[in-house]
Amino acid sequence: MTEVAMTAAAQPQAATDQRRVAPKGSGLEVAFEYVCFAAATLLLAALGGVLVSLLIGGWPAFAHFGVSFFTSSTWDPVNDEFGVAGPIVGTVVTSLLALLLAVPTAFGVAFFLVELCPGPLKRPIGTAVELLAGIPSIVYGMWGLFVFAPVFSKFVQLPLMTAAPPGSIWEKFTQGVPNGTGILAASIILAVMVLPFIAATMRELLNTVPAQVRESAYGLGATTGEVVMKVTLPYVRRGVIGAIMLGLGRALGETMAVTFIIGNSHGFPKSLFDAGSTIASTIANEFAEAAPGLHTASLIASGLVLFIITFIVLALARMMLGRQRSV
Amino acid sequence: MLKKIAAGVAALAVGAGAAIAVAANLSGAGATFPAPVYAKWAEAYRAQTGNQLGGQAIGSGGGIRQINANTVDFGASDKPLKPDDLATNGLIQFPTVIGGVVPVVNIPGVAPGALKLTGPIVSDIFRGIIVYWDDPHITALNPGVSLPHLKITVVHRSDGSGTTFLFTTYLSMKARNWAAGPGGNDSVNWPTGIGGKGNDGVAAFVRQTPGAIGYVEYAYAKQNHMTFTLLQNKAGKFVQPLAANFAAAAAGANWAKAPGFYLLLLDQPAPDAWPITGATFILVHTKQANAQTGHDVLAFFDWAYKNGDAAAQGLDYVTFPESVKNLVRQAWRKVVGPDGKPVYS
Repeated sequence: MTEVAMTAAAQPQAATDQRRVAPKGSGLEVAFEYVCFAAATLLLAALGGVLVSLLIGGWPAFAHFGVSFFTSSTWDPVNDEFGVAGPIVGTVVTSLLALLLAVPTAFGVAFFLVELCPGPLKRPIGTAVELLAGIPSIVYGMWGLFVFAPVFSKFVQLPLMTAAPPGSIWEKFTQGVPNGTGILAASIILAVMVLPFIAATMRELLNTVPAQVRESAYGLGATTGEVVMKVTLPYVRRGVIGAIMLGLGRALGETMAVTFIIGNSHGFPKSLFDAGSTIASTIANEFAEAAPGLHTASLIASGLVLFIITFIVLALARMMLGRQRSV
Repeated sequence: MLKKIAAGVAALAVGAGAAIAVAANLSGAGATFPAPVYAKWAEAYRAQTGNQLGGQAIGSGGGIRQINANTVDFGASDKPLKPDDLATNGLIQFPTVIGGVVPVVNIPGVAPGALKLTGPIVSDIFRGIIVYWDDPHITALNPGVSLPHLKITVVHRSDGSGTTFLFTTYLSMKARNWAAGPGGNDSVNWPTGIGGKGNDGVAAFVRQTPGAIGYVEYAYAKQNHMTFTLLQNKAGKFVQPLAANFAAAAAGANWAKAPGFYLLLLDQPAPDAWPITGATFILVHTKQANAQTGHDVLAFFDWAYKNGDAAAQGLDYVTFPESVKNLVRQAWRKVVGPDGKPVYS
């Protein structure tokens, strides 16, 4: 702060003298720049280090299994045969389902808080959303397994399964064991976990919409719904995509909560109620006891796969943002 | 859960240890199954001697990795290492306490200890061959029990664990199909069923799913009053999972003839032996770079052998008879310092 103030004060003086005078405290300025530079490169170095060590650790698995590592869903630690197709599908499906559930709800929460909420309710609801974001994921997992699963089984799974007409697609999607776990249950828990992130970010974004813009829309006779859909939402569109991607990033990498409730079976999930697994849950389950060799290498390699999936998601988000910027 | 207890004890030990500067400071890592009893021993040992012992319950695989990498003074494993592996890595191993694995079920109307099962039937259930509880194979064994026409849901551990190692190795011994298929390991390619994380995960799935069968550690099943089953042992008797029956399995074993204490207590011939019994092990380097550290580690376990039985039994572990402990003490002479002399005798 002081450096900035000094530089600013020194500039008019330099202008009047018509000579380049080194501003007072420029030594500190240089040191400050170096510290910032070091912090930024440290981050990059850490990222590179993680990537390189994942590559080295996972290389035996890639070299041994080749393409079948990505296409096979066999996970057999006894015979040292590993393929991560099942966990990849599980990761992508649960994350997308979670977003499908969380995004509309988050929209609702954020718009309610900004546009509709009566004054005295604003703070309690806002704080509740922030508190929800601070709960550790293992608590969500335990809650999911011991509280949510029995309720989900009794009031969602069983009715849906018994109501399904035999032979229909509906029956296909709802087959499995009605014990409250599986792909859909994990997706719902994930949705609850990413909801506060998306909702809180969206609320902040909506608050940045200038009051004049909104009020002129109302002045033209627009209804609340029209203002939201045609004025405020387009105004913050880019930021909203960023918020959703943030949520997706968290859903992809979530470990403990998913491990508790997804059922942990390595094959392809066949229905919404079937047990599955994600890359993160597989690593959490098996790394501690994995034998050195192909088992450990395969787990590290699957970590690299998750890294790449997350990278692709972020890159896609960037592309979408970039395209909108040019429009 | 176990990890948290161990970490909590370790934190306490560190906090209190700061005052006693002369005390030894030992570290270990490994199996989660014996972690509660090691933590309890460490606490009592510190109170008596001032020596502190830090343990990380990170799993047997992690314990083996860390002792090989020399980052800890001893490793802990639920799975014994083969004598060859011990020799290559310059380690000795010795057993500390015994536990067992118990099948647990959730069948409406079936009380704890009412259902009789055999190894081959359990194997067929876990392979997905027997799919209903009123299967003729099961009803023939259980004439007095009314079994519903209910689908069986198999629940197994999702995390690699010594419990799974004992359970699947037992199934491999009893059923050729299992040995050829999934095999015995800390984690296997399960033909069917869902995976719960840890004993509590398996227990929760079993409780919430009518028709479920799973397997948990004995102490866990006992403390949570789960519906256990009887199992047929090698002598042909259907036995209950009781501390006395684990001890029977351990007593019948001939540790003197097991090189490197590589011994599985599965399917022992003693008339009362519980068939899925296993010991948990400590790994120590035979060549200690620091003779004092080696001495301190062995002194701790010697103290635990002498004074720790009551604490272990209180936590539902089974302890070894004096004869086996003396065999272990003899084996400790192989642990030498840089000068080639035994570090503890």
